[in-house]
Amino acid sequence: MLDQDGIKMKSVESRCGWQWGLPVTFVFCTALLFAPISFAQQAKNSCLDCHSQLDPPLHVSPDEYTASIHAQKGVTCVTCHGGDPTTDDVDKSMSTAAGFKGHLERKQVPGFCAKCHADASYIRGFNPSLRTDQYAQYLTSVHGKLMAKGDTKVAVCIDCHGVHDIQPPNDPRARVYPTNVAQTCATCHADAEYMKGYKIPTDEFALYNTSVHHAALVDRGDLSAPTCVTCHGSHGAAPPGVASVENVCSTCHVFQAQLFDSGPHRNAFASLGVPGCITCHSNHGIQHPSDALIGTADGSVCVKCHSAGEPGFDAAAKMHESLAKLDSAIGRSDAILNRAELSGMEVGEAKLAQSEARDDLIKARVSIHAVQSDKVDQNVQAGLAVAQKTYQAGLAAMAERSYRRTGLFISLGITIIVLVGIALLIRRLESGSGN
Amino acid sequence: MGVAANIRRWLDERFGWSQLMAFVEHKTVPRHPFSYFYFLGGMTLFLFGLQVATGILLLLYYRPSPNEAFESVQYIMTQVRFGWLIRSIHSWGANVMILTAIAHMFSVFFLKSYRKPRELTWLSGMILLFLVLGFGFSGYLLPWNTLSVFATKVGTDIAGQVPIIGHWTLVFLRGGEDVTGATLTRFFGFHVAVLPGLVTLLIGFHLLLVQRFGMSVPPSVEADWKANPARVQEMRFFPNFFLRELMAWYIALAILGALAAFKPWELGAKADLFASAPPGIRPEWYFMFMFQTLKLLPAKVGPIAGDLLGVLGFGIAGAVWTLLPFLDHEKRGRGSRWIAGAGVFALAYFVGMTLVGYAAK
Repeated sequence: MLDQDGIKMKSVESRCGWQWGLPVTFVFCTALLFAPISFAQQAKNSCLDCHSQLDPPLHVSPDEYTASIHAQKGVTCVTCHGGDPTTDDVDKSMSTAAGFKGHLERKQVPGFCAKCHADASYIRGFNPSLRTDQYAQYLTSVHGKLMAKGDTKVAVCIDCHGVHDIQPPNDPRARVYPTNVAQTCATCHADAEYMKGYKIPTDEFALYNTSVHHAALVDRGDLSAPTCVTCHGSHGAAPPGVASVENVCSTCHVFQAQLFDSGPHRNAFASLGVPGCITCHSNHGIQHPSDALIGTADGSVCVKCHSAGEPGFDAAAKMHESLAKLDSAIGRSDAILNRAELSGMEVGEAKLAQSEARDDLIKARVSIHAVQSDKVDQNVQAGLAVAQKTYQAGLAAMAERSYRRTGLFISLGITIIVLVGIALLIRRLESGSGN
Repeated sequence: MGVAANIRRWLDERFGWSQLMAFVEHKTVPRHPFSYFYFLGGMTLFLFGLQVATGILLLLYYRPSPNEAFESVQYIMTQVRFGWLIRSIHSWGANVMILTAIAHMFSVFFLKSYRKPRELTWLSGMILLFLVLGFGFSGYLLPWNTLSVFATKVGTDIAGQVPIIGHWTLVFLRGGEDVTGATLTRFFGFHVAVLPGLVTLLIGFHLLLVQRFGMSVPPSVEADWKANPARVQEMRFFPNFFLRELMAWYIALAILGALAAFKPWELGAKADLFASAPPGIRPEWYFMFMFQTLKLLPAKVGPIAGDLLGVLGFGIAGAVWTLLPFLDHEKRGRGSRWIAGAGVFALAYFVGMTLVGYAAK
């Protein structure tokens, strides 16, 4: 029975295919041609039609809006502003009867955005992994607290995320994309006139741009490198307190923090009421640390607190000396190995071993955070032992090079003697024979 | 009777030693302004012998597996007594041998030594040249360093462009779709067994033909000697020519020794098959003209892919060049001049494109 039906169906299909194929194709193609028009009619948006023609601040760019995450997720003008986008009649489309809310005051913005973004069940329908605590965090931030006090100059959602052109944070076009965050914060925080009255510096952005963190993030493209929000938080933005600076830095610099905690500086800093980490390294303008940072020379940070004759002063001098010793030993080995390599000697193994010495130097530099010279020396001695071996390997390679060249000159001498001998032999052979 | 005389008599009774010596003593080599080109063949043969000798020594330590190849060459270069010398002479010698083989080919071409009855001598010589290039290509991979692995990828990719048999050739050369350890063992097999066997047989055949027909004299010299038989000059092969050749060999050996001492052949970094190709990948100098041409060709030339067109062009040019003796029958004349012109163009193209390839970033 099924088979019979199947055969019947097939015969009908084949007839249709031949007899109706052309008209059906024509209708289908016509439908496709007119489809965009019908879709456009469905998606009529009189808000955008008008506001795309208006001058700022009422202007809305259709391109920016349609590329925004809201437009892509179906969040339209009406969702935030209310009104009726299906009519071109301004009185109707922007009437209170149509639910038009009009322009929002700045102080209304965070709560307004939170209507959706703090609603976990609503947001889950768009992106289940998107957090919904932004508003709660904002209320705890310096921005949120000042806003609650009536200061409307502080940042609200749209200052960082934009208004009609909002992009998700992982979109490189977004103002909150890691490489754009500092510039976004700087819009206010680097504006001395705007920040007048807040009694905070406005050189953070300029300093940050010179920092090792900026170099890692922007120059090297390492998106995990810190920017403003990494240390201050984003929605809950606030400066870390003296007690919490170390906790902030230790989210990345784990070993340094552990060593700092194990050393005498922790309690000393606490008793002086100075923060860890930034007391020596500074905050926004952190530079790549050099061995000059430790020690007793003018550029070192140790002399800020320690004076000659104190145990801390001597320890600083000793640690600097140890680091310099290992650094110099590695440099010496590098120099001879490079010379040997340029001479064509195979020193691959010794160069590989050099990386061990470099690792020891890095470990020694990290162990400085415990400010215990014996811990630093332990790593330095290990590195020195490796550097000594690699230096010996370099010396051996250079000796081998000399040996080879001496051997070459001796063999060349023999070769020349043999060649002269053969030439003389040929001459003697041919002197009488004519060939 | 002395020991030497006894040995000579013993050999004479069994192998006709005296007849052999008489033949060698009577063998002559033409003497004219272009006689120096006769050294190139012998020089190539000497370098081949040197490659065999140094290659056997390297085999004592080399291990043809992806896990051990690089380390074994590193061991040869650093730990084995005079290993650096043997490996450097092998590597430099290979390049010099290819250079002399190419120079030998061009000298034979321009002196028109391929003419009747020496067609087979030219043909066997051309096949030998291709096999020598195969030696170079297969040997380049054996140290298993980054440059060699990626250059092999590029080289086998080019082989894969050949129509119809291209993909099959690529899989055959690589031992699979990609360059892996299977490619290394395969190339090792080609390098130390297949190619030496074929080359030894062909060298024997080539030398037999050279012996059978003697040294060719350039047409201009031949015409002059025909007109003035009194001007014919010859040199005894042994010892006169042989001693001169020996001097050339000594000089070659001294140059190779100097190169080994002052510029030992690099080892590079061990290959990592999962790493991306490093910048500046290029083949050995003798493949550079082809590589550079393929680089300069556009993606499409009309309906044909640029790479395919290049490979086909080189294939056809190589085939025509190999079959040259069967196409050029004239000693002198318009056709002959055209062929000489084509040879000049080929040489200029080879040198020019090689230089451009090295100058290009």
